[in-house]
Amino acid sequence: MMAENVLHVENVTMQFGGVIAVNNLTMDIGRGEIVALIGPNGAGKTTAFNCITGVYEPTNGLVSYCGGVIARNHPRGKMKKLYSGENADKYLDAPAGEKAVVSHTPDYITSLGIARTFQNIRLFKSMTVFENVLTASHLRRTSNLFSATFRLNAKEERQMREDALALLKTVGLDGVRDDPATSLPYGMQRRLEIARALSTQPKLLLLDEPAAGMNPQETNELTAFIREIREQFGLTVFLIEHHMNLVMDISDRIYVIDFGRQIASGAPAEVQNNPRVIEAYLGVDNNG
Amino acid sequence: MKNKKLRNNILTLILIALVILYLSWLQANSSEHSYAIAILERSAVYAVVAVAMNLLTGFTGLFSLGQAGFMLLGAYTYAILMVPEASRATVYRMFQGNHWITFSLADVFGTAGASAALGMVIALILGGLVAALFAWLIGLPVLRLKSDYLAIATLGFAEIIRAFFQWDTLGPLTNGANVLNGFPYFSSVMSFWLVAGACIAIIVLLLRSTYGRAFRAVRDDEVAAEAMGISLAKHKMISFVTSSFFAGVGGGLLAMYQCMAQASNFKSSMTYEILLIVVIGGIGSITGSVLASFLFTACNEWWLRFLDDESLGVPLFRGGFRKVVFAVIIMLIVLFYRKGIMGDRELDLGAIGRFFRTLPSRLRARSRGKEAR
Repeated sequence: MMAENVLHVENVTMQFGGVIAVNNLTMDIGRGEIVALIGPNGAGKTTAFNCITGVYEPTNGLVSYCGGVIARNHPRGKMKKLYSGENADKYLDAPAGEKAVVSHTPDYITSLGIARTFQNIRLFKSMTVFENVLTASHLRRTSNLFSATFRLNAKEERQMREDALALLKTVGLDGVRDDPATSLPYGMQRRLEIARALSTQPKLLLLDEPAAGMNPQETNELTAFIREIREQFGLTVFLIEHHMNLVMDISDRIYVIDFGRQIASGAPAEVQNNPRVIEAYLGVDNNG
Repeated sequence: MKNKKLRNNILTLILIALVILYLSWLQANSSEHSYAIAILERSAVYAVVAVAMNLLTGFTGLFSLGQAGFMLLGAYTYAILMVPEASRATVYRMFQGNHWITFSLADVFGTAGASAALGMVIALILGGLVAALFAWLIGLPVLRLKSDYLAIATLGFAEIIRAFFQWDTLGPLTNGANVLNGFPYFSSVMSFWLVAGACIAIIVLLLRSTYGRAFRAVRDDEVAAEAMGISLAKHKMISFVTSSFFAGVGGGLLAMYQCMAQASNFKSSMTYEILLIVVIGGIGSITGSVLASFLFTACNEWWLRFLDDESLGVPLFRGGFRKVVFAVIIMLIVLFYRKGIMGDRELDLGAIGRFFRTLPSRLRARSRGKEAR
């Protein structure tokens, strides 16, 4: 285990009704790493992301961020009977001084320093490029409703605007800052979504298929861009991706899952030659 | 750029001064212009409530139909607190003069001059606060609902509140189903617009602050907003409570305008009128709501009055015909301006200037288009 562990996922299982989307997943991500999560369609990658970011409450297991538990659960309610995963009893009791069930809304988890982008771009459609980035700094406000309305927070507001502008310059979008966000070409929308996530000042950035729908040149640019922002903002990056070139090029380590279960992990070269991975992707069995 | 901004600011100030001049001229000749004054006062009331509803529906994406309920709370709070102690025996005569509240703001602040006006403003704000408190209480359960379901739940709340205020047991407080009157009210159209202007200005400031941006983020995409650290529950509640506060203030103003408060006035049809104003003005446009509240009231009660006049001898003209024409006009507006008069844009001097500057070229383009066809 790494000395400085940013994200720790332990025996996380997500079961919807009778379907297990993520099965007993255990992962560790160290500070400053770029880690990829890959797997065939429907393998449960985005579900795993959603369990980390608080969109879903995992059915069983534990997620911790920088040493603090951000999600812990055991099969409860109607899941008590339905649950067909493993380790059903492991998280029943919490260590002394902690709660047995820890569950947070996504906004709280973002405020801790985990930001994300989405598989299908979700920008604020009515806003300009600048406003999109500016809005994401709302969580850093110290003003309350009253002081914000009556402009008693002018200094903070100015700082937010300066930061947003500086961020747009860093990611190379300051030329289009007053354009409607949705009028940008696809590649730039992806870039804006990453910029917006950066505006929340995260330590850990989760990218859900950042290169989806991009041509090879755009993908190369994106690879360089992800490296660049990791250096500049001291980020840890965890990404889901289908473009193998990008994944093999950029990742320090890779986790491979299929049918919700981890089938391999390790450095890109190891994973690439792992027979189980090849099987999962090419469908040697009847998995197709 | 800076010059242009300065020029626009100066022009805006001149425009506001002109409006104030016009209002004071109307006030000075109030006997001849009683109709115009009544319309302007009523549209000031509607403008506040419509802009408040727009804050919720247009900028936060929450569709609530509880406006009438919150207006009722504001109106009753204003009326109950402002009836002078001396007149309460007469006001509450149906309940043998029994009244639970023996304190009156009107007695504290007097009935004339600046101190009376201060008392009225305080009572309006208290009305808003009561509405906001109720909004918070019912917001806890109902804000988990989405779109139509939220609308139904809030509509139900408004109806329950109305029935509750007519309950005889509460008579010594609300005067049951009877009228609460005898309280002091604004005597000048200017005061209505000053209060309305202040309310609208505060809402605009709020919408342009970081909270306003968060509201729009929630409206645009709840999932993304939450992922950007914007708490949905908290911001929906802030928007709902703020909107209800101003609906409450609007209710107080309505009580002043009507010189009385009676629960049976706050039917759901009042909510629909506000909704109509918001839709006609444009969901997401503040100036649109203000403009529409004036056009709506003026059309409904003033400009179309002649249609009701049978003595003009025109066929079809008779009592109530105005309502038919009004309905047709609304249908036409909704058909041809699907996003309301203003859409989600704002009307300012720049927009007016652009409209007239580009008018010739647009007309030319249009006629060319026709020739081509």
